[in-house]
Amino acid sequence: MTTERRTIGLWVYLLVGVVFGTVITKSEVISWFRIQEMFRFQGFHMFGIFATALPTAILTVQAMKRRSARTIHGERIVVAGKNWGSGIRYVAGGIIFGLGWALVGACPGPLFALLGSGVSVMPVVLTSALAGTWVYGLLRSALPH
Amino acid sequence: MRNFLTAPWPWYVAGPLLGLFAPLLLWLGNRSFGVSSNLRHMCAAIYPRNLAHFRYDWRQEGSWNLMFVAGIVLGGFVAGALFRNPDPVAISAATRDAVAALGIQDQSGLVPQELFGWASLATLRGWLLLVGGGVLVGFGTAYAGGCTSGHGITGVSDLQPASFVALVSFFVGGLIGTFILLPLILSVGAGT
Repeated sequence: MTTERRTIGLWVYLLVGVVFGTVITKSEVISWFRIQEMFRFQGFHMFGIFATALPTAILTVQAMKRRSARTIHGERIVVAGKNWGSGIRYVAGGIIFGLGWALVGACPGPLFALLGSGVSVMPVVLTSALAGTWVYGLLRSALPH
Repeated sequence: MRNFLTAPWPWYVAGPLLGLFAPLLLWLGNRSFGVSSNLRHMCAAIYPRNLAHFRYDWRQEGSWNLMFVAGIVLGGFVAGALFRNPDPVAISAATRDAVAALGIQDQSGLVPQELFGWASLATLRGWLLLVGGGVLVGFGTAYAGGCTSGHGITGVSDLQPASFVALVSFFVGGLIGTFILLPLILSVGAGT
């Protein structure tokens, strides 16, 4: 195998992204109304999605790990681990993200899908999200992790 | 045919499909499925300044993911604009009432027009919601090291304790946001 063939073309990821964007849009995961329904525990839709997506992901990824599966290029599949540290970042960062998730009714994936679907103010929300990430980069060394 | 293309998809179709992106991206080249990393890549590309967090080879690490995100935008266009569902999102009657009680009457689109239109940015509550919410999403996902996809699906699929904790924390934040912060923000200048 030559080095040029070691990675598949970037357009493949574009294609996978199109499918992902289509699924989250068509299933209304990107809808502010659906997120409200979820956080208010007033409908099954979002929970049904979690309850089927998570087992699917767990079973397939665990099966790949147990069988020492390889990528299409023949490399061993490894999942990059998350550093536990003190754990504070997962609780504090998680809660802060959750607050924003409830307000804009979208997590990062849906923000991009909503941009594509033509919601006019999405560039403003995305720029704000970039600003938030940038501020984290600025404060990182001062925050507990 | 048209109706088939514009109709929304039920949870039992979307859920299993969404669970397949983590294994698919691993299989295609050991890529960890996660969208919020792209916010970091974009900061690194646009304005890294001298911040250690943004000084890395974002092209090497992030090109595949930025392409993935470009795909999400395209997918959103195809599914949300080209084959847009003309009907309102079929949320429960209880949620319709709850949202209406917050002052949101137009429930016709994927997102409430009253909050996501340009006019909204001329109001304080619009700013707090869209800009404040956006900043919280960007800061929180960066601090937590992942979002609903990176922690919620990839990390959980790898059975990582950190991701289970993160996922529960996302939900705790979401509940505080829904029941305390959102009503507070929407009451600001509600009369205007």
